[in-house]
This record gives sequence, structure tokens and C-alpha cells, in this order.
Amino acid sequence: MNYFPDEVLEHVFDFITSHKDRNSVSLVCKSWYKIERYSRQRVFIGNCYSISPERLIARFPGLKSLTLKGKPHFADFNLVPHDWGGFVYPWIKALAKSRIGLEELRLKRMVVSDESLELLSKSFVNFKSLVLVSCEGFTTDGLAAIAANCRFIRELDLQENEVDDHRGHWLSCFPESCTSLISLNFACLRGEVNLGALERLVSRSPNLKSLRLNRAVPLDTLQKLLMLAPQLVDLGIGSYVHDPFSEAYNKLKIAIQRCKSIRSLSGFLEVAPHCMSAIYPICGNLTFLNLSYAPGLHGNKLMKLIQHCRKLQRLWILDCIGDKGLGVVALTCKELQELRVFPSDPFGAGNAAVTEEGLVLVSAGCPKLNSLLYFCQQMTNAALITVAKNCPNFIRFRLCILDPIKPDPVTNQPLDEGFGAIVQSCKGLKRLSLSGLLTDQVFLYIGMYAEQLKMLSIAFAANSDKGMLYVLNGCKKLRKLEIRDCPFGDAALLEDVGKYETMRSLWMSSCEVTLGGCKSVAEKMPSLNVEIINESEQMEFNLDDKQKVDKLYLYRTLVGHRKDAPEYVWIL
Amino acid sequence: MAFEKDLNLDATELRLGLPGTSDESAKNQTPATLRSSNKRALPEESMSSNATASKNCDQETAPLTKAQVVGWPPIRSYRKNNLQPKKSEGEISGIYVKVSMDGAPYLRKIDLKVFKGYPELLKALEDMFKFKAGEYSEREGYNGSEFVPTYEDKDGDWMLVGDVPWEMFTNSCKKLRIMKGSEARGLGCVV
Repeated sequence: MNYFPDEVLEHVFDFITSHKDRNSVSLVCKSWYKIERYSRQRVFIGNCYSISPERLIARFPGLKSLTLKGKPHFADFNLVPHDWGGFVYPWIKALAKSRIGLEELRLKRMVVSDESLELLSKSFVNFKSLVLVSCEGFTTDGLAAIAANCRFIRELDLQENEVDDHRGHWLSCFPESCTSLISLNFACLRGEVNLGALERLVSRSPNLKSLRLNRAVPLDTLQKLLMLAPQLVDLGIGSYVHDPFSEAYNKLKIAIQRCKSIRSLSGFLEVAPHCMSAIYPICGNLTFLNLSYAPGLHGNKLMKLIQHCRKLQRLWILDCIGDKGLGVVALTCKELQELRVFPSDPFGAGNAAVTEEGLVLVSAGCPKLNSLLYFCQQMTNAALITVAKNCPNFIRFRLCILDPIKPDPVTNQPLDEGFGAIVQSCKGLKRLSLSGLLTDQVFLYIGMYAEQLKMLSIAFAANSDKGMLYVLNGCKKLRKLEIRDCPFGDAALLEDVGKYETMRSLWMSSCEVTLGGCKSVAEKMPSLNVEIINESEQMEFNLDDKQKVDKLYLYRTLVGHRKDAPEYVWIL
Repeated sequence: MAFEKDLNLDATELRLGLPGTSDESAKNQTPATLRSSNKRALPEESMSSNATASKNCDQETAPLTKAQVVGWPPIRSYRKNNLQPKKSEGEISGIYVKVSMDGAPYLRKIDLKVFKGYPELLKALEDMFKFKAGEYSEREGYNGSEFVPTYEDKDGDWMLVGDVPWEMFTNSCKKLRIMKGSEARGLGCVV
């Protein structure tokens, strides 16, 4: 193999794009390691504390695209205190100081300050793409800096971030010379935008393929934008409220009909349901439809809309679609691969409109279904067994019963058998979230059958340590395990500490693990950071090893303890 | 298939209950306040009949009061905050703001949208916190009481309640604070 000159090997490696494969390639021998590292352009870091920016820069001098994830997943549900960590600034600072020609930065669950956005915008001449998902800490001033300074910006994609909106002027900061935009998504911004600036920006962006507007963009602006950009492939509608008999509505109908390339539709953040017929002409081509922020759309209007969407592959919807509506999905969307049903009234008094029936209907009608997120009122073992039989191709299966310990309402049994059927049938299952009444038994099944499982989320389940042990012993490919409110204690935690080095991270909150147990893990495994989050009033961390730990987050790392942890986080 | 209902898996299941687990201890641990107790109620284990098992499941697994469980259902805060614009603290309807009073042990929340103007608001505050606010005048502020109603506006400044038109006030008020005594004097309370 070493008889090939480096350039040949490099050319071969160009075809290897998956991170996992490139990592494997680098392990073959020293010369492959060297060639691979110089030619690597895209790096994915699943936990920003597992490595330092300096080491990253040293190893991959040709880095162009960096993906970073910060806070643990349960931070999404308010289980991680606000200032826990995940700051991007040190990364940007280090990259800016180096010779790295960064072009793309994708961040998830990180704290991003305006200062970091400004530094980013000024440090990399060829910066092209910024994607922020579930981040926080910045304002529209930071966006203004990106708009103003990144001369070749192609993509500015903001997904579900908490942004302090100082109102509209950031859009005006894109200079007249900026004509390179391909994707612009500001749906998560709450404030007004300069509509004139938006129209001018779209009109000078001939390559614009993806545009997602926020709530503040009214219908007549939408119509103008569509006339300017009929080449759009992905559209996020902000406000869709208007009078169906108005001139504006007629103009909109014409504009939409010109957009023959739209394959993905989302938004409808404000919606007048009787006006959906304007959308029908493009429904037949849609592969992705996201109505999960449109509670105003339900009942017959919604079903009629769905009936036009025969090519749908991904559908995100609210549970006000009801079991009946899911039946319509099952009859219409034969190409469906991914379904997400979100709760429209999460704390409501049992008015969630979907049950196991809807899921069974979809599983029967949509055999290509491979990814599910389903918030429902109840679930039965029989339904899960049927679903498992109908859809053996699940890669992601996340079930959330709104009452987290609800048994099968028909038999009053735990849902062990149902989930057991899922893991046994779906041999390619990579991600699983459980809910409902569950005993250790379900974990026995998971350990036995879920061979490809990478991520498991458990809440309010199990009877004893055995549950966790079944999983740790059985799931060889497990990378992320997150547990809350389960009776797992030190015995389970300490059974095989070496396992945690093969995983990205472990989260345990409101379980039975003690300070002593956590200390033990930290002692035995110096390659792990063992963090205890202790938010209780007694701030003097009393050193009683028997004390139960509120929240434990441990993860493998090459760079030891992080220096930016707040006071209430103890790194053992 | 191991999942047919007639296979009695209970009989072959390895059991490792927590020490001291029995009928009684399981029944005592209701899941009503999951935050304080990490132990979940345990379904009946030592009986093999399904009927008893289901009966105990009934007793022990009362549905959780959803509001008590932090982080459940697992929905991103962004989604929760953006889902029901009509119900949340939005700019269109239902403006809930915190109200604090110096010396009171906890804060309250009120919906500014339900009031038509300042007199109604002040009356409600007076009822809620058991105080009297004094006479308002543009020149002198609140005259005749050591309590002064103030609010924090969008710029973060503390303003006297009553100076601006009501609509402007409801649009810019972020929180209310009833100041008391000497601190209130700085804001134009003539006592």
C-alpha cells in the first residue's frame, strides 16, 4: 500500500466522506494517518469538551468545516442549569489565531455570544456557512456582524435558537455586493424585520434555494418574495393570515404556482386554515412538511391538505391531527419515512388527540417508516407488537407517553413486551426512547436484541440495577445513555466502568447513585470527566459519600477537566 | 415469539427487588411527588396471577400530576414557548408580568391584559398585597402613601406606573415592583 504516492492515496481518501470511515482510515498505519489528517476538511465533534481546539487545529490543518455539540441532550428539557457550559468562544478564538481557513461552522446546544459571532465574521475570509441549532446567548447584533462581514456567506440557518431580538436592522447589514446566499432561515426570531431589506436581499440572491421566514413577515411580503425567488426548494412561511377573498390572496396563489421546485414546506406560524387551498398546487411535490408550529391547522382543513401530499417522506405535525388524521396520512403518504407527532397541549388535561390507534394505522399504511417521534396519550403492547411487525426498518424510535408511567390501559401491564417486540424486530435500531410503565424486563430485551443501538433515553423506568446492567452488558454499540428518575445505583454504575470509555457520555439524574460511587468511577477512569451538578441549597458540598447525587454527567475526554465549569458543577 | 401473552414470563423472570421491597413498601411509595423520592412504585412481583398484578399496578401507579415533573414531557423549551402564542406571555394577548413587593415573601403574577386602565390595575395590586397606593399626579407621583408602584420597562429602567398611556405601558412593562419607604422617595413619592 505504501507504494502509492501520497497524492494517489489522498485522492482515494477524497471519496471517503463519512466521519467514521475517515477515522478508521487514519488508524491503519502512520502514513495513512498523516495523509488523512492533512486532507481532512470536515470534522465532527460530538462533545466539545472531549477535545481542545488547539489539538484539533494541530491535527487537521486543512480544516474547513467544523461541527460542535455542547450541552447534554437533557439540557433541552431544562434539566441542565443555564450556565453549565458549552461556550463556543474559545473555539472561535483559537481558530481565528491559527491559519485555519474555516468555511463552515455548525453548532448544537452551545452558548454563542455576540462577541464570538463578531470574531467569527471578521476572522475567516472564506466563511460560507453558519448553522446554529438550539443555541443561545446571542442577539440580532451578532447576526448583523455575520451579515455585514462575511462577504461570501452562503448559508445562515438558525433553528430553534433563543435569540434576543433587537429588531430588524440586521437584515439590512447584508451589503449590496452580497449575492451568494443559498440558504436563509430566521424563523426562530421573534422580532420585526426590515421587509424592504429582505426583498432586496432575495432579489439579488439568484442561488437562493432555502428561505424560512419568521412570524413577522406578512403575507404580501411573502407573495413578493415568491415572485422574486420561484426557484426555491425549501420554504418556511411566517405569517399566513389573510382574507381568502382579497386581492393579496389571489396574487399569492399565482406566486405559489410558479414555485414548481418547492419540496419542503414549514412554518405557518400564524395560520388562517381556510386559506390552505392556495398551497395545494405545490403539495404534490412535497417531500417534507412541517406543521408542528401551526396549532391553528387541524380537523378537515388539515386532512384535506395532507391528502394532496402523496410524495411526502417526512411529516412533522401536532397531535391535533388526531388518530383519524393519521389514518389519512396512512392512506395518502405511501412514501413516508419519518413521522414526528408533537403535543399541542403538553400540560393539558388528557386532551392529547393521538393514541396507539393512530400509530398502528400509520405503520400499516406506510411500510417505509423508519423514524418516529410520537407524543401520545397512551400506548398498548398489542399496538407496539403490530407496529414492530409492520415496520421492521426503524432506525429511530422515540415514544413519549404524556403520563410517563402509564401502563397498557387495556391490560394494565407494563409496556415491556411492546418495546421488546420493537427491538427484536427492528434489527437496525440506532436510537430508542422509552416511556410508560416499564420494568427491568424491557431492559433485558434491549440488551439482548438491540445490537445496533447507539442512543438510549430512559425515564421513570425499571425496578432495580439489573435494568441498567442489561443495557450496559448487552448493547455493544451504545454511545449515549441518558437516564432520569430510575432506581439505578452504584452497583450498576460501577459494574463496568471501562464501558464508559467506549461511549460518548452518560447522564443520570434523580437516580440512586451516590457521591461515593461517582468518586469511584472518577478514580478508576482518569480518561473520563465525572461531573456532578448539585443545585440544592446546601452549597457546602458535604463530603458524605453516601449522599445521593442529583445529576451525574460523565463523558470521555482527551483533555482532562474543563476550566469553565460553574460553581455548582463538581468535576471529581 | 417470546412476546405472546400466554407465555408466563413472570415465572422465569430473575427478580432482584431493592432490599426491603414487599407489598407494603411498594404500596406506600406513590409516585405523586416524584421529585422528592427517587423510588418508583414497584409493580407486584411475588404473585404470578395477572389479575393481582394489574390490581396493584392500579393502586401504585396513579398518573403523575404533569405539572410536578420537571422536564416532562420532553419538549424543547423553544417549542414550548412558541407553540401556543395565544396563551403565553405574547405581544398580542395575555401579558403576564411578575409583581414583587418589598418585604413580601414571594412574588405574584398578573395578566395586564385583563385591566382596562391604571385605576383597575392599582386596585388589583392594592387588593393583592394589602396596601394603599396614594393619589397619582403627573407632577408629584404618588402622594400620601409609602408604597409606590413601579415597573421595569424594555430598556431595563425602573419607571413610575402611570406616566405613559396605558397601551404603551402594557407593551413595555416587563415586571412590576411595589417599592416601599425610603427607596420609593427617589421616584417622586411625596410622603
